[in-house]
Amino acid sequence: MASANSSFVRTTPVPAMAPPERERGMVGWLRDNLLSSPINIALTLASLWLLYLIIPSLLNFLVLDATWTGHDRTACLMTPERPHVGACWPFVWERINFFTYGFYPANERWRVNIFFVLLVVGIVWLLKRRMPYKKFGAIYFFILLPIVSIMLLLGFPPLGLSYVATSLWGGIMVTVVVSAVGIVFSLPLGIILALGRRSTMPVVRLFSVIFIEFVRGVPLITVLFMASVMLPLFVPESWSPDKLLRALIGVALFAAAYMAEVVRAGLQGIPRGQYEGAEALGLGYWKMMGLIILPQALRITIPNIVNSNIALFKDTTLVFIVGIFDFLRTIEVARIDPKWATPITSTTGYAFAAIFYFLCCWMMSRYARGVETRLVTRNRRRK
Amino acid sequence: MADARGTARPQVSPINDPRWRSAIVQVLLCLVIAWLAYGAITNAADNLARARIASGFDFWNSTAGFDISQTLIPYTTQSTYGRAFWVGLLNTLLVASLGIVFATIIGFAIGILQLSKNVLVSRLAAAYVEIIRNLPLLLQLLFWYNAVLKALPNLRESITIPGGAVLNNRGLFLPRPIFGGAMDFVLAAFGLGVIGAIAFRHWARRRQALTGEQSPVFIVALSLIVVLPLVVFVAAGIPVTFEQPEMGRFNISGGIEILPEFAALLFGLSIYTAAFIAEVVRAGIQAVSQGQTEAAFSLGLRPGPTLRLIVIPQAMRVIVPPLTNQYLNLTKNSSLAVAIGYPDLVQVFTGTVLNQTGQAVEVVAITMAVYLTISLITSGLMNLYNRRFALKER
Repeated sequence: MASANSSFVRTTPVPAMAPPERERGMVGWLRDNLLSSPINIALTLASLWLLYLIIPSLLNFLVLDATWTGHDRTACLMTPERPHVGACWPFVWERINFFTYGFYPANERWRVNIFFVLLVVGIVWLLKRRMPYKKFGAIYFFILLPIVSIMLLLGFPPLGLSYVATSLWGGIMVTVVVSAVGIVFSLPLGIILALGRRSTMPVVRLFSVIFIEFVRGVPLITVLFMASVMLPLFVPESWSPDKLLRALIGVALFAAAYMAEVVRAGLQGIPRGQYEGAEALGLGYWKMMGLIILPQALRITIPNIVNSNIALFKDTTLVFIVGIFDFLRTIEVARIDPKWATPITSTTGYAFAAIFYFLCCWMMSRYARGVETRLVTRNRRRK
Repeated sequence: MADARGTARPQVSPINDPRWRSAIVQVLLCLVIAWLAYGAITNAADNLARARIASGFDFWNSTAGFDISQTLIPYTTQSTYGRAFWVGLLNTLLVASLGIVFATIIGFAIGILQLSKNVLVSRLAAAYVEIIRNLPLLLQLLFWYNAVLKALPNLRESITIPGGAVLNNRGLFLPRPIFGGAMDFVLAAFGLGVIGAIAFRHWARRRQALTGEQSPVFIVALSLIVVLPLVVFVAAGIPVTFEQPEMGRFNISGGIEILPEFAALLFGLSIYTAAFIAEVVRAGIQAVSQGQTEAAFSLGLRPGPTLRLIVIPQAMRVIVPPLTNQYLNLTKNSSLAVAIGYPDLVQVFTGTVLNQTGQAVEVVAITMAVYLTISLITSGLMNLYNRRFALKER
């Protein structure tokens, strides 16, 4: 018989009990996330109500009530049999070539298509990981592609490519050209300006700072106005730059000032030791920058460079205001065409433009975020 | 370096000496820029002379001869170009300042909702940010103006909103309040209330410092500033009447008229900038480490004071600089008014005045100078703020 003061101690741990039913699974998740307090319940109800307002009407407009076939406005009109009309898609189908090429001659449009393909090849080559010959990719994108594109789009009679005036260019093609020129020129210019701003030479620094702060302090519209009305004044009359070229110069200068600040942030993120190491090896300024500092600085700023390119891509719509026939302008022209004029034509045009711009910008921002996570995880592993 | 050891500095040819080199580079740069500037100026003078455009600011005092749809100061077609400039500038400042207020309110709300534990709410807020940020502002403005406001019913079928407001495709017409003479008493009560609230706060602080006892500052201040004038307002017999917008045969007269151009610009700018402000706010709050909150709780602070005294002051340090940038962006973006015809500085001055006078150099220079001044003042204030509140680390 055991003595009175002997106690029983278990030798094995008690198995953990399952959490209570209402803390688990669907119910627990709902209680935790959506219904934890009166305010939370109110917020949940408000969100559900918002979703109820937005999703069905959006779905109805874009898909369920939308018109899919037809040849003119009568297909998209409200009739007693069709009290609800949604998007007028035949209008977009019929105008899709106009939206893409503007007034570019129909039998020369294959040249624009080749340009699109070459551009996509360049972008994929540069942005995709583990693509071979990245260096040649950069040469292709920043030197070869611009030359070939000008010959293709503008024309090059020795090769049998007839001349197409830029006043005939339009639509998505112009939007892409303007953003591509902005991106291609802003990076090298921005790097030079950023290096100038961090230079030890006071005059170089002063001019860089003045240019960057001046351009960043004014709206893009005024830069475009300056390029379109003042640039022709500043050059000899015989030069008189083309209207599109003027806008391109304005966009490139504007983008360069913003890019300079992005690159400067990257340069500041490089530890001093890297500079000192390069100097200890006896490298001169350009070798130090080109071989040691810039490659690292640009790599850590890729997400910011992409973000700044997204902003540029959206901002290119402003060339519309100085009379360039970009994608948004084609929408504006098409939506007031009497052949398709119905109450929902404008909304359809804007919805199409919104889908286009959203997809482009969203893919770019996905890419930037992907690079960011990759950089963070790589840095973490190294520690 | 060599001098430090007492040895003579080695002789270097001037081509390889960094000091000489940088001096030469800088002189060359100056020469190139001076040459470019000289070329630009002579070309401009030639071109202007050929086009017979006078240079100088004489146009400032000539009669403008065009009308402006919204003016905050008296303006007629007989007014000068200078007057038109001020009208445009004031319209820009009006839409920018109202836009800043609305964008801040929406942006802070969305930013905080993005951090909500409620998945539905935070996802909705994130979707708002993602969609709005990835669409060009110009597209949004055109959408609000052409597809929403211009698609409203015409004058005959105007929508009447309870309270006397009228909405149609010409704008929103609100009743205009007309205050009676007794309003002076209400204003006086409001002034007294503000002074009283400040005095009470001062007294409460001293009392807390001396005795440790807290006073209900917020409730007392609220009743002094809001309730007191309200009581006087009712006691004075509600001295306000409304001038209702009258529906005429061809137009609406009376009341306050809000143009669709103004509404679309204000709406678009606020919604667009709010998405960026929301991200700024979210990042700012997330930058305050969780340990700060835990430390505050362990000191016995309740969630309210923790947020107000610990988290928000630290988050503001991170939020304010990018927030100011967003305010600047909003002000600069208000120049997109030109696309929908709201008479802001760019539309009136760089648009109409430039077209009529042809004086591109002067007009564009003045416009840029205005925006540059706004930017420089803002960044100057920002630097002051940073100097005062930046984290002082040892």
